[in-house]
Amino acid sequence: MSSKPRTLYEKIWDAHVVERRPDGTCLIYIDRHLLHEVTSPQAFEGLRVAGRRLRRPDLTLAVPDHNLPTTARVGADGNRLPIEDVDSRMQLAELEKNVAEFGVPYIDAVAPEQGIVHVVGPEQGFSLPGATIVCGDSHTSAHGGLGALAFGIGTSEIEHVMATQTLLLSPSKTMEVRVEGQLGKGVTPKDVVLHIIGTIGAAGGTGHVIEYTGNVFREMSIEGRLTVSNMSIEGGARAGLIAPDDVTFAYLKERPMAPKGEAWDKAVAWWRTLASDPGVRYDKSIVIDAADIAPCLTWGTSPEDVVPITGVVPDPASFADPAKQAAAQKSLDYMGLTPGTRMEDVPVENIFIGSCTNSRIEDLRSAAAIVKGRKLAANIRQALVVPGSGLVKRQAEAEGLDRIFTEAGFEWREPGCSMCLAMNPDKVPPGERCASTSNRNFVGRQGPGARTHLVSPAMAAAAAVTGRLADVRKLEPVA
Amino acid sequence: MKPIKGIEGRAIPLGLKNCDTDVIIPAHYLKVITRKGLGKGAFEAIRAQPGNVFDDPEYAGANILIGGDNFGCGSSREHAAWALNDLGIDAVIAPSFSDIFSGNAFKNGILTVVLPQDAVDRLLEVAKTQPISIDLESQMVTTPFQDRFRFEIDPFRKDCLLNGLDEVGMTLAQDGMISAFESKMATDRPWL
Repeated sequence: MSSKPRTLYEKIWDAHVVERRPDGTCLIYIDRHLLHEVTSPQAFEGLRVAGRRLRRPDLTLAVPDHNLPTTARVGADGNRLPIEDVDSRMQLAELEKNVAEFGVPYIDAVAPEQGIVHVVGPEQGFSLPGATIVCGDSHTSAHGGLGALAFGIGTSEIEHVMATQTLLLSPSKTMEVRVEGQLGKGVTPKDVVLHIIGTIGAAGGTGHVIEYTGNVFREMSIEGRLTVSNMSIEGGARAGLIAPDDVTFAYLKERPMAPKGEAWDKAVAWWRTLASDPGVRYDKSIVIDAADIAPCLTWGTSPEDVVPITGVVPDPASFADPAKQAAAQKSLDYMGLTPGTRMEDVPVENIFIGSCTNSRIEDLRSAAAIVKGRKLAANIRQALVVPGSGLVKRQAEAEGLDRIFTEAGFEWREPGCSMCLAMNPDKVPPGERCASTSNRNFVGRQGPGARTHLVSPAMAAAAAVTGRLADVRKLEPVA
Repeated sequence: MKPIKGIEGRAIPLGLKNCDTDVIIPAHYLKVITRKGLGKGAFEAIRAQPGNVFDDPEYAGANILIGGDNFGCGSSREHAAWALNDLGIDAVIAPSFSDIFSGNAFKNGILTVVLPQDAVDRLLEVAKTQPISIDLESQMVTTPFQDRFRFEIDPFRKDCLLNGLDEVGMTLAQDGMISAFESKMATDRPWL
């Protein structure tokens, strides 16, 4: 054991090295593997063709989320309703066949625990601090909010993990993003992470694992930490990390798959040793003053295209980098926006509250607080609230949040990835605009020609009731 | 995987900063259970535009793609690499790649070549009329105009690509080491 101060990332890495090779590449043991229907079929097929077994089904958990329609899944007769789309139905059937054949624990489409894989993992206590967690989905970075080293992998890597429970990896560089101070009114974890991505750029964290430090994250709930870490990948970092602390332990204790009794005490004792050592050096460090963060949103087609809600659509000529100027012009053409337009003057027709970034109970509470006592604006054509899991849905219903949304005119849906990625029936029509709590504003992400503005749940709610991109700070709660 | 030594051919001069994997292959093409046939959905939004580089007869049969900074950012979908395989792309040259995409490309035998922006700009120009050569052994990109750009590549990846090695098979050969690690974990961190 070296006495050199180590970061949280380095401690988790070192604890998982099966073999360190002379060139620095390491064979890293994987503690938790999450599967969903979209990126796993070719990996199972690879195992089958090579006659290989899945090494540790007990460290694996599968749940369908991407493809599932968010409309009712069980008919009036109590029977499961078939998925209309043939390809989606086939992909789901393939997952069900594969988990049965390889003995993988499975939360099926109508189970009360079903939900988005990145909501389900922490909620079930499957995801734990200090663990290495992978999934064939880039937003696996979310689980870093618990202090786990969690990152998205491709299907070849999925197959590698299935067969060997390891991955061959080169160590990442470390990047500290420190946010200190007091967050202003209406500023949520989503605004914090959008502000960070706007500051570092969409490739700012490439090759790095980000550790979020400072009082803002220490004082943040687990839901908020998961939101922030979730979007690390939008800043180019494959993983984000927040040191586990008492807030983390309180969140995880008694979760169904979390350790119990003596094992729990032993786990907590180890988790407490993981925080970065004092005086540790990161390869890169940035410091942000919490007071500089406003409720913000995106104007373009990269998550780095961030402005405060009080801002205007930027002029492409204002960017120093010629490649960025060209990209910005393309973005504005696609988004149908003119430089100088006030963001608050931009009307929206679609509202999406959901996704692995913002579909947890706190997100729904924060949106409901704005919606309560109000109605959807007349120009809103589609407004969805999609809870991240069946458990979130039931909790929200117990709190009466569903009624607040439905009375305002929102649709209250079944859990899934929904309108985040346009691979199920929930889409934004071509040329229409959406205030979305999801994580990507890419061209065509929410449907061909769809125009996405990434916002917090509270800002999505504000847009829903005003019919335009709106500053949540100007909407007082209705008593 | 077939071994790669050298790649030579026409290159599609795409450029485009932050070309994400939703652009490379939109989500509605991901409902497949095999790796084949994704070329038809590749770059759908770009190909909907008249005069796009992918349908330009000048680049018919091209086996190299030249991208912009942060190529392959976004979703981890390996379908992006499979779509490029299906289009016949053997190498992508760009100023930088997302970490996940470059791993996926590598695992599907696609060489990702990182060069400085000015070298990429030069190649974007050359590609309009001439083929480009990439030699993996010497780590060199060359053009008929005597341009020579050296690139760096992880030695392990280089070795795998040169020899067409199967990574899963190689790791399975370390089974004893993995089992020993698992035994130690059962004592040290029994909650996992």
